[in-house]
Amino acid sequence: MGNNNVLEGIEEKIDYTVAKKPVTLRSIIWKRFKKNKLALVGLILISILVIVAIFANFIAPYPATTVDYANKKLPPSKEHILGTDELGCDVLSRLIYGARISLSIGLVAVCLYVSIGILIGAISGFFGGWIDAILMRFTDVIISFPWLVLVILVAAILGPSIYNVMLIIGLTGWSTVARLVRGEFLKLKEMEYTLAARGLGANNFRIIFTHLLPNAFAPVLVAATMGVADAIIIEAALSFLGLGVVFPDTSWGQMMHAAQSLTVLSRMPWLWLPPGILISIAVLCINFIGDGLRDALDPKLIR
Amino acid sequence: MIIGNDEIIKIKGLKTYFHTDDGVVKAVDGVDFDIRKGETMGLVGESACGKTVTSFSIMRLVESPPGKIEEGEVLYKGENLLKISQEKMRKVRGNEISMIFQEPMTSLNPVFTIGKQLSEVLILHQNMTEKEALDKSEEMIKLVGIPRPREILKGYPHELSGGMRQRVMIAMALSCKPGLLIADEPTTALDVTIQAQILELIKGLQESIGMAVLFITHDLGVIAEVSDRVAVMYAGKIQESGTSEEIFIEHIHPYTEGLLKSIPMLNVRKKKLDVIEGSVPDPINFPPGCKFHPRCKYKIDKCEKEEPELLEIKPGHFVRCWVKQ
Repeated sequence: MGNNNVLEGIEEKIDYTVAKKPVTLRSIIWKRFKKNKLALVGLILISILVIVAIFANFIAPYPATTVDYANKKLPPSKEHILGTDELGCDVLSRLIYGARISLSIGLVAVCLYVSIGILIGAISGFFGGWIDAILMRFTDVIISFPWLVLVILVAAILGPSIYNVMLIIGLTGWSTVARLVRGEFLKLKEMEYTLAARGLGANNFRIIFTHLLPNAFAPVLVAATMGVADAIIIEAALSFLGLGVVFPDTSWGQMMHAAQSLTVLSRMPWLWLPPGILISIAVLCINFIGDGLRDALDPKLIR
Repeated sequence: MIIGNDEIIKIKGLKTYFHTDDGVVKAVDGVDFDIRKGETMGLVGESACGKTVTSFSIMRLVESPPGKIEEGEVLYKGENLLKISQEKMRKVRGNEISMIFQEPMTSLNPVFTIGKQLSEVLILHQNMTEKEALDKSEEMIKLVGIPRPREILKGYPHELSGGMRQRVMIAMALSCKPGLLIADEPTTALDVTIQAQILELIKGLQESIGMAVLFITHDLGVIAEVSDRVAVMYAGKIQESGTSEEIFIEHIHPYTEGLLKSIPMLNVRKKKLDVIEGSVPDPINFPPGCKFHPRCKYKIDKCEKEEPELLEIKPGHFVRCWVKQ
């Protein structure tokens, strides 16, 4: 066909800028993430919590919900390292099982609201015009609504349960992600590769979800990580108020519920201090991870 | 490949306007030209004369709103592309007509590997499986003269230089063997040595595939090198078109003359470069009559009142000018 002749002589002249071993984006991010010690500590602690949550059945010394009135309100001892609660359940065991529910609520709720947020933000930012106007005004309404009132209202309607907590957080938390994704899409849709993708015959759906969304991945990932921490706190708040997880299900927030009584608060710190500390640690660690990710994913930082 | 007489694409009275708050911008205001099978058509003109909008209109990529293709026909193999459905148009883009953009640095999506981006167009249009598409991509990478294709396919755009990225874009544009390639200033962002390689590459591949090329640039040197025919555009209209010889040697239109004169020459010593006096007219308020008359040194009274038609001075050579007609 003749094209090989054309190329002869060109090949030697090209400079080869490709590194020998291809550097993937992931390896670069991991390399940067590792430099942040706080984030690394956070990741390790959260990993431990996750492992404990997954293997709760094997780790917990007692079942979480065995009511034993004979041994209720016991202070920490050899048999019950963190004591027992008002129903005689082992606090340490409940703490371990509680990790399962608290963390999974955080995770599921965030997955839910990130999906909603991405969908609304992407459509809004990509299409613009009246679609954008309607969706963003709706988002504004969600943001401006007194959040706790909304949550309590929904909780009161749906009733307290683990799944409802997930749903409530999921349905009320998407607004920030939506704004974030919209902002990214406003920028991304003007990029040349969007035009190039259109020029290659890709349709809008394909451009939004396969071409542009991965480019908006970094800020969404950071927001989602931070969101897990928020969701854990919201869950704790709801459960503390008795609108979230209720007995016999166990979560850290639900354990804090006991601290509503003044006697427990002043005389039995083993009931509310451990879950309180765990909530703080989990939230802090997740936020450290989020910060670390933000720095690692920042394209402006040079390796 | 011998250039046939049958047109692959014919553009008739194309008008693309942008409706802005300040008024209607007549970016393309009645463009006519055709491209024959296997031929390279050069489209030249100053910045903002409507070259890119013309190419976007052919691909129907004009952002709407504010842009709108008001009138005209784009006949590709006899079918009016402006009338077919979106669905059908998507099948044309990248498959029948493909495009290379000005900025190779930003035309590739930074988060995907080269292989993934190259194979996408094949999966989209040729119904290939991922494996087949990847094999074909490797072939295309080799074809555009990038060595070690396997490693390149696994690499990301940021690992490539500008010239290499433009090669990848060319590979992508050509992988479905289109009938027409629109190259919108493909070498503007590259340095001169790479520019020469890319031009040579496009020319070589054009011969082997037998496709037509619409080559858009403001660089007359590049046009002289690659084009069989040239159309000179000014203020949204074709002012003169003909074969390369006709445009570069026997040109008639005063604007073409001005353009060619303003190329700096190495062998002529001058204190000052020649310029065309004045500047491009405001596309919202075009001057009446011939759009070039305020800058034209040959103008007669008629020029200010009536706009000349694009007339065939001799077979294949069209000019839009009162004075020279």
